[in-house]
Amino acid sequence: MSNIPHLLVHDHEDNVGVVVVEGLTAGTEMFCCVTHDNSTFTLTAGDDVAIGHKIALKDLKEGDTAVKYGQDMGKIIADIPKGGHVHTHNCKTKRW
Amino acid sequence: MSKYSNMTFMGYRRENGRVGVRNHVVILPVDDISNAAVEAVANNVKGTLALPHAYGRLQFGEDLELHFRTMIGTGANPNVHSVVVIGIEPDWTRRIADGIRQTGKEVAEFSIEQKGDFETIRAASWAAKDFVHKASEVQREECSISELWVSTKCGESDTTTGLGSCPTVGNMYDKLLPEGITGFFGETSEITGAEHICKERATNEEVGERWYAMWKAYQDDVIFAHQTDDLSDSQPTKGNILGGLTTIEEKALGNLEKIGRTSQYIDILEPAEQPASGDGLYFMDSSSAAAECVTLMAAGGAVVHTFPTGQGNVVGNPIVPVIKITANPRTVRTMGEHVDVDVSGVLRRDMTIDEAGDELIDMIRRTANGRYTAAEALGHREFSMTKLYRSA
Repeated sequence: MSNIPHLLVHDHEDNVGVVVVEGLTAGTEMFCCVTHDNSTFTLTAGDDVAIGHKIALKDLKEGDTAVKYGQDMGKIIADIPKGGHVHTHNCKTKRW
Repeated sequence: MSKYSNMTFMGYRRENGRVGVRNHVVILPVDDISNAAVEAVANNVKGTLALPHAYGRLQFGEDLELHFRTMIGTGANPNVHSVVVIGIEPDWTRRIADGIRQTGKEVAEFSIEQKGDFETIRAASWAAKDFVHKASEVQREECSISELWVSTKCGESDTTTGLGSCPTVGNMYDKLLPEGITGFFGETSEITGAEHICKERATNEEVGERWYAMWKAYQDDVIFAHQTDDLSDSQPTKGNILGGLTTIEEKALGNLEKIGRTSQYIDILEPAEQPASGDGLYFMDSSSAAAECVTLMAAGGAVVHTFPTGQGNVVGNPIVPVIKITANPRTVRTMGEHVDVDVSGVLRRDMTIDEAGDELIDMIRRTANGRYTAAEALGHREFSMTKLYRSA
């Protein structure tokens, strides 16, 4: 792969991806890679997001399930637009 | 035959046939009030290693059994050549010394009551000096990779651990477990959210059911019994959250990448229990706190620990070399002195997990041969006992 990706996604079923570069700013057209099969796509970042933090791959609504590794990783507790930062302010465990 | 089948390393073969990769003379306190004598002996005799700790008095029941298992397992670890045990009174001191003697290695025991620190330190220093002379003459010999016992536990994880450093460890296990190594993983609470996957990774249904009962017991008896909130900031930790991990489910799914794609566990171990079901991968019921978990796995007999980190956990262990692996380029940049294996290329997509796994295997071999890990070079010797409940 010639381009260095901004965002990695584990699985095609996922609705969130991980920022893997430092200093990502809102408005960046991100080069994204699905690690499962190295397929690629582009997505515009909606927020400044730190390395390691997540971005919504589509519009997510309160009550939706966040999916990563093709698995349930928690519930969405506030609407998140496509490209927006996903973290503890809008996503929460379904366990404890 | 794979390209790993003929791999060898230079290790220390012990009396019971196990192979170590370090050659420590340990000065081991039975209890907290013997720490001063232990540290004095280690100060008198160079080349010894004191392991002070906080417990050992008025413990009872399962908590006491865990204390004995941790003490005996630490002394019995093949990275340890010989042990001087010092306790306040003779009976528990002898119990620990005799437990370590089962391996066939030399153990000397001393108790402080009716003698005082001075006389105890004098006598124990002579024994320690004798052990150092003997240990320093032991030579490494060529050993098969199959004789290596390798543990894993990750720490200060972030989302890059699930993408890079944990799959690197998983790839190593997928390659080396078929060659006959013994492996350990654990972190009971930190499988929450991936327990359905972990249960399926048992070698058979009976082991999977036992694993699930153990996992569920911790949820019911500890978390639900004691929680005051959703454990956010504790599990995941503050550091995990700063690194981008949001929920325990997300953390658990990344954690479980450490057992790769094909590896299956063959049995479940109590904390600090030594495997007895032959070569293969074991799940040890353990805390997810780094120093506690590595201490328990070392007491279980692991001689090399592989430690994926995202945000940069700095933990080490006094008797077991801890190899740090990270995929986070910021951590490589800001905390490079703690990193043994840099797999940040996985995030740039210029390094495959297969290549990363091979780099880790090479670092395990070099570490087993004697290379100091970053944690060893930096003096990280965290020895942390797991305590199950308040002492009497």
